[in-house]
Amino acid sequence: MPSSNSKARALSVILVVCSVWSVLTLAGPARGQMSQKSKAGTATRADGLTAWQQIYSVLTHPRCINCHTATNYPQQGDDRHRHFANVIRGPEGKGVAGLNCASCHQETNADSTGVPGGHKWRLAPLSMRWQDGNDQPLSSGAVCRAVTDRSKNHGLNGPGLLKHHEEEPLVLWAWNSGRRPDGTMRTPPPLTHAEFVAATRRWIEAGMPCPQGK
Amino acid sequence: MRATPKVKNEMQVNRRSFLCASTAAAGGLLVSLYLDLPAAARKRNQAPAAKVYPPDAFVNIRTDGKIVIQVNRLEFGQGIQTGLPLVLADEMDADWANVIAELAPAADVYKDPIYGIQLVGGSGSIARSYQQYRELGAKTRAMLVAAAAERWHVAPDQCRTEASVVHGPAGQSATYAELAREAARQPVPATVRLKNPTEFRLVGKPAKRLDSRPKCDGSLKFGLDLDLPGMKVAVVAHPPVFGGRVKSISDAEARRVEGVLDVFEIPLVRGTGVAIVADKFWPAKQARRLLKVEWDLAGVEAADTAELWNKYRQLGQSPGIVAATQGDPAAIDKIAPSNRLVAEYEFPFLAHTPMEPLNTTVRFDGDAAEVWAGSQFQTGDQAAVAEVLGLKPEQVTFHTEMAGGGFGRRAVGDSHVQREAAVIAKRLRGTPLKLVWTREDDVRGGYYRPMHFHRVEVGIGPNGLPAAWRHVIVGQAINADGPFATVAITNGVDVTAVEGVADTNYAIPNFHASIHHPKINVPVLWWRSVGNSHSAFVMETLIDELAMRARIDPFAYRRKLLKPEAKKPLRVLDLLEHASAGWRDNLPRGHALGVSCHESFGTGVACAVDVSIENKRPRIHRATVAVDCGLAVNPLAVESQFQAGLAFGVSQLMAKGAITLKNGRVEQRNFDGFAPPYIMDAPVAVDVHIVKSLEAPTGCGEPPVPVISPAVVNALARLTGKRYRTLPLVSI
Amino acid sequence: MATYELNVNGQRKQVNVDSSTPLLWVLREELKLTGTKYGCGISACGACTVHVAGIATRSCVVPVSLIGNRPIVTIEGIGNDRVGRTVQDAWVEKDVVQCGYCQSGQIMSACALLKANPKPNDANIEESMGGNICRCGTYVRIREAIKSASGQLK
Repeated sequence: MPSSNSKARALSVILVVCSVWSVLTLAGPARGQMSQKSKAGTATRADGLTAWQQIYSVLTHPRCINCHTATNYPQQGDDRHRHFANVIRGPEGKGVAGLNCASCHQETNADSTGVPGGHKWRLAPLSMRWQDGNDQPLSSGAVCRAVTDRSKNHGLNGPGLLKHHEEEPLVLWAWNSGRRPDGTMRTPPPLTHAEFVAATRRWIEAGMPCPQGK
Repeated sequence: MRATPKVKNEMQVNRRSFLCASTAAAGGLLVSLYLDLPAAARKRNQAPAAKVYPPDAFVNIRTDGKIVIQVNRLEFGQGIQTGLPLVLADEMDADWANVIAELAPAADVYKDPIYGIQLVGGSGSIARSYQQYRELGAKTRAMLVAAAAERWHVAPDQCRTEASVVHGPAGQSATYAELAREAARQPVPATVRLKNPTEFRLVGKPAKRLDSRPKCDGSLKFGLDLDLPGMKVAVVAHPPVFGGRVKSISDAEARRVEGVLDVFEIPLVRGTGVAIVADKFWPAKQARRLLKVEWDLAGVEAADTAELWNKYRQLGQSPGIVAATQGDPAAIDKIAPSNRLVAEYEFPFLAHTPMEPLNTTVRFDGDAAEVWAGSQFQTGDQAAVAEVLGLKPEQVTFHTEMAGGGFGRRAVGDSHVQREAAVIAKRLRGTPLKLVWTREDDVRGGYYRPMHFHRVEVGIGPNGLPAAWRHVIVGQAINADGPFATVAITNGVDVTAVEGVADTNYAIPNFHASIHHPKINVPVLWWRSVGNSHSAFVMETLIDELAMRARIDPFAYRRKLLKPEAKKPLRVLDLLEHASAGWRDNLPRGHALGVSCHESFGTGVACAVDVSIENKRPRIHRATVAVDCGLAVNPLAVESQFQAGLAFGVSQLMAKGAITLKNGRVEQRNFDGFAPPYIMDAPVAVDVHIVKSLEAPTGCGEPPVPVISPAVVNALARLTGKRYRTLPLVSI
Repeated sequence: MATYELNVNGQRKQVNVDSSTPLLWVLREELKLTGTKYGCGISACGACTVHVAGIATRSCVVPVSLIGNRPIVTIEGIGNDRVGRTVQDAWVEKDVVQCGYCQSGQIMSACALLKANPKPNDANIEESMGGNICRCGTYVRIREAIKSASGQLK
């Protein structure tokens, strides 16, 4: 698609520029990441950080973070309590024999019974945990660093992350999360999917900056 | 459940009963029992004098050699579908491999010999029907022998019996099936010699359950599985607060669900509700979700857990109606405060939640009716259905279905589920109607183990033993306004609320126990082990605390304190000490021992647990249990009951193990909010040791439940230094 | 209402039900296979467990419209299978059941475990069986039966 080609070209320019800059500057713990410096032009670092905060507000919303746990279990509900019936992560994040995620979760939501569903329903890998061992969400900086760490995020670069946010079925599910067993609809993240993608774009254009600090 | 505490081991029954033998329609021998109700039982029932119903056979010797034995009580997991036939088959010298057990329908002849109603509960199936089933077996055998003796022209005592065969003195033999027709013509002996325990071939030995295979291959039908031609299914919308009434119904959307037949208001035992009748369960359930009901809650008390705790705590600060008193009730006030221990305990409402949701099927034919239910109170439920339908009980054929658990939930004096079903069936004359309570109905529908508050003041003597004890309990009277009110409530005290405290086996001087019975708008019921579920927790954790304080070992302390006549507790303590010697003193780091000992329903139990804390929860690595239940009719069943009963008892410790109410509404909905123990919550391994005894058998259904929670918490106290007095254990 | 073609215990079955109907109620009320039980309706207890395309599945929450042509095996059919038969025999041999209502689900979950791992250790057993409720509490004997069945299977 033309727009992504031009985006890719723009990004590769940024890469060249930023890699020079990162050699010259001592800016933050940016190893293995895209540089935090932005190219002069459409998005400043400040813009990027603002965009990141919007992204972070989605990632830490229950519809997303409930499956990005640091423990051997998923969470459920807006209060993010431990998933009932002792379901656990299992070796591949899909549960265990006899108690798989797929034991209940199908390819689409089951509104008549209140069970959410999506393609290959499973936990995010532990490398993509956004909480600590006490089920507390990690800081904005920590989540940003995890998301942009290619050794943790299955090798995704900027375009890869954007595509993930745009097209990955389980990401899309957050905005089509179905009915709870009591009949009410699950609450969606604070941004629409379009807003989320737009914020991702802005953030990437700004060089995927991460907030300082822990 | 328990109607009266004193009728423990009474085998003497003041009744006229006589056996009648006849030929079955298909050949074979029918042995029936006519039972004339004792005067006392008739008074207890407060019902019209029971009629003698057409006899149903207890024993049917079929011409194909199968022996069908009727079980007079519901089988709902406890194993009496095997245990009672085992007793009869042993005295009869029947071939166990050819015994078939059936659950008897509601009938006078199947009523409990002591209580005069057909029931299962109080851990009394074996205890109260042991003698009855022995006699039935022995008398049947006697008639078969008499028939053979006549045939061979020998004396009966020259014959012997074994595995459904009579053997004569000169090598003659005949099977029971062959002899059945002649045996039916024999006079029923008035008395019969029962076996000496040394002669038992089956009783006292491990016997596998008769119902295992069909429960493992999906073929056994429970009440909920019933399928009859033309049957319809109903669910009921119940008021959100107990006793609420329907004000208005908007059912247009509900009626549009395909398969829905009708929607109408019905009376309930408390308040009114709305029935939805459909072809199948799913459309009925869907329709109920779409049903809009406006409820009238005017004048209906809205019970609220937080408010109730305030009320209970306040009541508990001063004595109530005296339940037990000896010595000087003011003795405790004379003991120095530094030698006094004050402890307050809180126990929440508990739901029974048997795995099979409540259900009943009724077909009303105008002048008769048929009912199918897994009922713990068959004759009571039968009478209730009859009343709703304008029939006499004998016009209602009441089938006892196998039930998926009960724990007391299916033993309801007001028969509310059966009444709901009958009310709906009445409108569908001729059509079988299956009423289903969903799990949500069950969790929210009341009939809980009541909430309880205990306040105990202990004055400690110089030897570390209690010198004075003042105990106040607050909790609803389960039996108030129920069919057992006159038996269970004496001078205002419901015995089921104080059992385990008022009748404690500990010799505590200056002991005073009293109770307040508030009237709360929450229906309550006996939850497996009833009063013992909370009383044993209080007693056994306090005793443990006192023992620790006195630096006396938990076994030694109890031995010092138990009354010498508390034979069973003393025996099981000894057996437990011996049986747990191998591991008790070798616990790994981070593990601790917890001990408890309690007698209930005539059975003594002592329990030792090995507990550690994993992921902030108690992990029960092992439990060793010692049991004195008199003669263990089926030691395998006893072992099962104790292994599994301990797991059931862990319910009280589960973090989500409480029913709470806010503004009259139950806050929990299903197993997500009220969670029973799963496999990892239960003890990993349980070894059971049974005291060898020839005393009259006592029950094992409920005795396991009270001992596990205090034992675990006593272990936790050693790990954390904390005493846990509020259940459930939300945090450690 | 819609018509669905299902493969149940190796047989082709046709049912006509509302698309929202959970597989559990199709099995129980349309096909009269009542061995699979209703315990909670929200997948918290496991009494409704069947196998769908070899995966232990909680039929009370899966609408029939999401099954497709995936083969279904219920408690009535699991005995046709060596693992199923061995597990059922172990359950009987070890006298596991009490009321028995949960046991169809327990057996189906145990079969799924043993098919994936014929030699499970205690932790494996606890994890795989950790979502099945037995209100009677027969867990100690369930563990024993699984180990016994495991011993019979190569």
